[in-house]
Amino acid sequence: MSDTRNYDGPPDYRNVGLHGMSPETTHDEKARFNFLAHLNRHLASNVLPGVKKAYETRVAPHQPKPNHRNQVRKQLLQDPLFQHWSALRRGTMELRQQAGRWVTLRQAESLNSKAENLTKEDPRLVLNPDLKIPNYLAKIDHHCMPGSYHDEIVPGDVTGAANYDVGIFVTTGGGLGRFSDGGGEAVVAWMKKNRPNFAPKRILDIGGGLGQNVVPIAKAYPDAEVVCVDTGAPVLRYGLARAKTMGVDNITFVQANAEDLSMYPDGHFDWVQSTMFLHETSVKSMPRIMKESHRLLAAGGLVMHVEQPQYAPDMPLYEQAIRDWDAFYNNEPFWTKLHELDLDQWMVDAGFDRDELLHGGVAAVVDSELFPEHANDDVEDYGRKAAWHIIGAEKKAA
Amino acid sequence: MDKSRIDPLKLAGAKPKGKRPYFLKDPDVERVLAVTMAIAQELAVVRERMDTVERILEDKGSLTQADIETYVPPKPIAEERGAWTQEYLARIMRIYQQEIEGLNTPDEPTSEDIGHELAQDE
Ligand SMILES: C[S@@+](CC[C@H](N)C(=O)[O-])C[C@H]1O[C@@H](n2cnc3c(N)ncnc32)[C@H](O)[C@@H]1O
Repeated sequence: MSDTRNYDGPPDYRNVGLHGMSPETTHDEKARFNFLAHLNRHLASNVLPGVKKAYETRVAPHQPKPNHRNQVRKQLLQDPLFQHWSALRRGTMELRQQAGRWVTLRQAESLNSKAENLTKEDPRLVLNPDLKIPNYLAKIDHHCMPGSYHDEIVPGDVTGAANYDVGIFVTTGGGLGRFSDGGGEAVVAWMKKNRPNFAPKRILDIGGGLGQNVVPIAKAYPDAEVVCVDTGAPVLRYGLARAKTMGVDNITFVQANAEDLSMYPDGHFDWVQSTMFLHETSVKSMPRIMKESHRLLAAGGLVMHVEQPQYAPDMPLYEQAIRDWDAFYNNEPFWTKLHELDLDQWMVDAGFDRDELLHGGVAAVVDSELFPEHANDDVEDYGRKAAWHIIGAEKKAA
Repeated sequence: MDKSRIDPLKLAGAKPKGKRPYFLKDPDVERVLAVTMAIAQELAVVRERMDTVERILEDKGSLTQADIETYVPPKPIAEERGAWTQEYLARIMRIYQQEIEGLNTPDEPTSEDIGHELAQDE
């Protein structure tokens, strides 16, 4: 044995938690995920700090002083190290998509029929084939994921959702934990600490996708009825099947647009929440989404959105520009706008009082024996680090 | 199910909606970089497989395909393999490391510059 360093890299993919919908992976497919997790980590911890140095030493001194992050980004685009880091990061994302899609598509038939058997005639899957996919989802494939959350290659297809499930390990280097649910676990931990007596009867998760982050919430509040709303049928189908095989039975997966949830009456939910959702919507849809959340919330209830941090005025423009990378180069078009909006104002416009607003910070809560704990970790993969801000509000009891 | 419509080989590498950005001055270089990294990935995969084979052989003296497919490295071995991958990447990415180190000394003379200087010293 030659290497005596303390190992601080990603865990082996073989440590991810398996459930009844997990695609099978061969030895070499696991090895491919391992390599890609390492490559992401290498780019974040070894190359990206050099980009900052290059900006400070050979870009900024020769350029007009920027007053907006877009100027910084355009200056960066001229620098060879930023160019290479970007080309490698984009390429790594494409390799990750291909690796995950190969795994799920080669076993499409068995995955799709497993999902069908698990969800057939289950009232907890409510699909609406007539739902129109909003433009902001239909125009581009978010984070370079062909087919996005809603396309079906064959009827009943869940391969895109399964690909999303297996691939998060790669993008975050395992930072979201065994079931990629570090976000949901973090929300639960926040609630238990800050609202120990909160006993919601009905919980709504909007843009819940395949429910990775709502499963821990449903588990923590087993007596609550949980509704996971999303526009994509494949993620919902996969989500219900996945939750069932994990023994979680109190979630209903509903295909609907969060801008219009008129099928639920006013004040129907005690807790409305979202994780990593707002940045994939649009400026027109946000007020509707916020209004619906306000309308649906019972008096005494809580709304909570978990997102990457806002571009506050005290955030250096360089950091903003790097955080914006995914917006421009990884198909997250609304990311840049969302992070500069005054979310407080939007919540107020939706009907909340300013003194009802709440803010917080959470970091992924993971089984730290094998998975890196991002809270105590100095690798900053701007925009992908598993540490988030909470923006929320409490509706005063009437 | 209409199985004929799913061709995993073709669909796995499908292009996502949205025009692809290119970053390098010459897009052909970016294409070659993408191919190079895909090959680097496949070499890492072969290396991990070899490591698995070696470890099983060392333990049991024989092996089957199934042994390889179901092998789960215990934590210390997983960490050794992880450390190997870090080292492997450090070697492949060496040119970036050196460029970053060079940022500390932007006015460093070249060997040619020093050659001229030394010639005059004589
Ligand atoms: C990045 S994913 C996050 C999924 C999940 N919340 C998580 O934490 O993993 C965003 C999800 O929002 C969904 N979405 C986007 N706009 C929506 C809308 N207007 N109504 C319902 N779902 C929407 C997408 O289909 C996608 O599944």
